[in-house]
Parts: sequence; C-alpha cells; structure tokens
Amino acid sequence: MSPRMSLATAARVLRQVRHDPRTIALIVILPCLLLGLVAWMFDGTPVLDTIGPSLLGVFPLIVMFLVTSVTMLRERLSGTLERLMTMPLRRGDVVVGYALAFGLLAALQALVLVTFAVGVCGMNVAGPLWAVILVAVLDAVLGASLGLAVSALARTEFQAVQMMPAFIFPQLILCGLIMPRDQMPAVLEAISVVLPLTYVVDAMQTLSTDADVAAIWGDVAVIAGFIVVAVAVGATTLRRRTP
Amino acid sequence: MPAMTKETIDDAIRVTGLRVVRGGTVVLPGIDLTVPAGKLVGLLGPSGSGKTTLMRAIVGVQVIAAGTVEVLGRPAGEPSLRHEVGYVTQAPSVYPDLTVAENLGYFATLLGTGDDDVDRVLEAVDLTANARRRVSNLSGGEMSRVSLAAALLGTPRVLVLDEPTVGLDPVLRRDLWELFTRVAADGTTILVSSHVMDEAVRCERLLLMRDGRLLADETLPELLARTGAADVEQAFLALVETDAR
Repeated sequence: MSPRMSLATAARVLRQVRHDPRTIALIVILPCLLLGLVAWMFDGTPVLDTIGPSLLGVFPLIVMFLVTSVTMLRERLSGTLERLMTMPLRRGDVVVGYALAFGLLAALQALVLVTFAVGVCGMNVAGPLWAVILVAVLDAVLGASLGLAVSALARTEFQAVQMMPAFIFPQLILCGLIMPRDQMPAVLEAISVVLPLTYVVDAMQTLSTDADVAAIWGDVAVIAGFIVVAVAVGATTLRRRTP
Repeated sequence: MPAMTKETIDDAIRVTGLRVVRGGTVVLPGIDLTVPAGKLVGLLGPSGSGKTTLMRAIVGVQVIAAGTVEVLGRPAGEPSLRHEVGYVTQAPSVYPDLTVAENLGYFATLLGTGDDDVDRVLEAVDLTANARRRVSNLSGGEMSRVSLAAALLGTPRVLVLDEPTVGLDPVLRRDLWELFTRVAADGTTILVSSHVMDEAVRCERLLLMRDGRLLADETLPELLARTGAADVEQAFLALVETDAR
C-alpha cells in the first residue's frame, strides 16, 4: 500500500463530501437532533445519564454505516472503480482512503455530538470526557468500515440501504441496551459476544458509572480489532477483475 | 521503459483464444487478434458483439475463462501496465460531484504526474475553460471528454477507448478523431470501438466483430477490395452473409 495513494483517495472523498452540504448536515447535525429528542423526552429524570452514553455509540454507527456503504456502492456502479482498478493503486489504498476520509468525518461528528450531549443536554458521565469522545470516534469509524465491508454484498443503492437493518438492527437488539446481556438467553448472549456494538455499549456504560478509564481498554482493543478486520474484508471484496 | 522494448514489440496487443463467459452466456467463444503498435485501430461491430468485454479483458478487469491477452508483451492487467494503458469506459467514469480539475488532479496524483500534465490533457480535449466547473453541470459530450482527458494523463503507450464519440455532435466527433490521429502519430497505440461504421474511415486498421467473433482484420481498402462493397456497412453485411452460408 502507498500512503500517497491512500491520502489522495481520502482527500478526493472529502472533496466530494464538501460539495455536498446536505450530507455533512446529516452526518453532523442529525445525531444531535436525535439525542436531543431523547433528552427532551426524559427531561427532569436521570435517564439520559444512564442511556445517553450508549446512544452516543448507536447513532454514529448507523449514520456512518449508511453514508459509507452507499458512497462505496456508487463508486462501484459509476465505473470509476473500474477505472481505478486499471490504474497503479492497490485495492487497500481505496479502502484505507475511504476509511481515513470517513474516519475524519466521524471524528468531527463524535466531537460535536459529545459536546452537544454534555453542554446542551446536560448529560453527566462519571468517566473523563476524552474517553467518551474516543469511544464515540472509534464507533463512528467502526460504522464506516462495516459499511465498506458490506457494500460488496449490495448490487443497487436500494439493497445497500437494506443492509442497514440486516447488519445493524441485530446489534442494536443484542448489544445490552434493551436488556442487560447477562439476563439474555444463553444463546443470544453468546451471539452478542461476536457483535462489535456490544463492546461500544459496554465501554459507554462503564464510562457512565465508573470514573476509572482502565476498565474500558479491553473494549477499545476489541473495537479496534473489528475495525481492522472490516477494512481487510472491504479490501478483499474489491475485485480487480469482475465477471 | 528502455527503448529496446519499444523497438522489439510489433504488436501492442495480442489476444489468443480468448474465451469469456458472462452470466452463463458465452460472450467471446475464443477470439484471436492483434493490434499493431503505434496504430489507430478501430473495433467496429453492433452493440452486443462483445467489444466492451474484449476491451475489459485487454485492460485486465475482466475475468476470463480461457486464452491469453498480452499488452506490450506482458500479461494484461500486470501491475507495470497500469502506468502504460489508458482506458475510457463507455459511460464517463469520472466523479460527477467534483470539478473537472479536481477529477484530473486526483487521477494525476495516482499516476504520479503533476499539474502540468493536467493542463496538457485539458488543452488536448479543449476543456481548459471548464476546469473549474463541476462535472455534474457539464453536457454529456463534455463529460465524456473529461473521461477521455483522464485516460490521456501520464501519456500511456496504449489507449483503449470504448465508444468515446457516441452521442457527440459531428463537429466534436471530427475534433476527437483528429486528436486520436495526432496521439497515434506520436507513437501511441489506440484501440477505439464504435458501432458507427462510418467512423472506419478514420482508422488505419479495422477489426470487425459480430457475436463475439472476428469477421475482419485488415485496412479499409483491403476490406472493400475483398468484399467488393462500397462502404464498411455494405462490407459488414457481405461478410455476415458469407458467414451464414
């Protein structure tokens, strides 16, 4: 892989996004609105402090998954990917370029969302804020890399959107947000162990009650592992030769 | 590339027994052809005759069932060829949400060339004045010229152009064919496909295709002499009829 090609690709993707203010608004503002809605609904109760941090791990995952899988699919369908595959860049350069670009957007999104949650909605967390931001950024990057990996399964943009309920909803149901994982049937608890969102929510729940950051490093390592695997899957599903 | 290689290769493209099956349909049953180096060669045939599949095999993005494809003496799709082969797909393969200059700048970075190269190809396709316009706001003809400009970046030794003049107005088509002739005169091998038989007169050599098979591989005068036809369209019909008997 070549840093020059990955960076050029990341810069190109960011330029494309810059020409599209509506997508930027969706990425940055939409999660804040959704969290604001929850805060308003539970106004005057301590509920936001309990579930708010976990939601910081849910909204970015969904938004980044959708944006990335659709953008990547568009590249496949428009013929630009075919052109790139005849040019001197490696498949990894394309995927890493995408991951870098959307990772940067994800970082911006996470920063704005955490600032909004704490500053405007008055969410309290026991752990340090930087740790909350770190997990939120990783979570958004995770969403982007899962979107990259899954986009190969979709043939149309319509199908790409359908991948969201297929790949994200099971994680939402089993991540421990609806029911604590240790109260789930054993099979479901076992399934939740191999789903990445589980570790995001676990880290966020830890940060909401525990001032000690050391407790989240295990989760952070697992999330990072999932990101690496998803990027690698995304690179292997890009085919230079197609039928 | 060392000058030696350039001298010793007579055929820029050599296809032997190429068989391609797409979605259960045999698109190319086993085609043999060569494209001489430094020539402007037209690949003519009706839509569905396998032109695009053949071109995809030559640039190395097509899964092939059997046969070999060599470009500049190396297997098609080999990493070293990616600097030397320019490809224009049938639909303009550029980013509609970027400006013309941003598109070409990105491709130039991937090829390791610079802004001078971008300026050069912009001039070649007569889009210098449109450099700052967003591709989505261009006409179809302008869009396909951006796509062509991207293929000219880095001055490739082989250009594979899939119907680059389709849907363009006659003046623009003439200008582009003049550009192809100029580029070929500088030593670049050009394989250009078209389903408009009239465009044959612009080519130094013709490959006529139908149903995945080669009907003719010769110069226009040779083709007309052999078939006794007045133009390529008639020659094509004559060949199809001979073929059927």
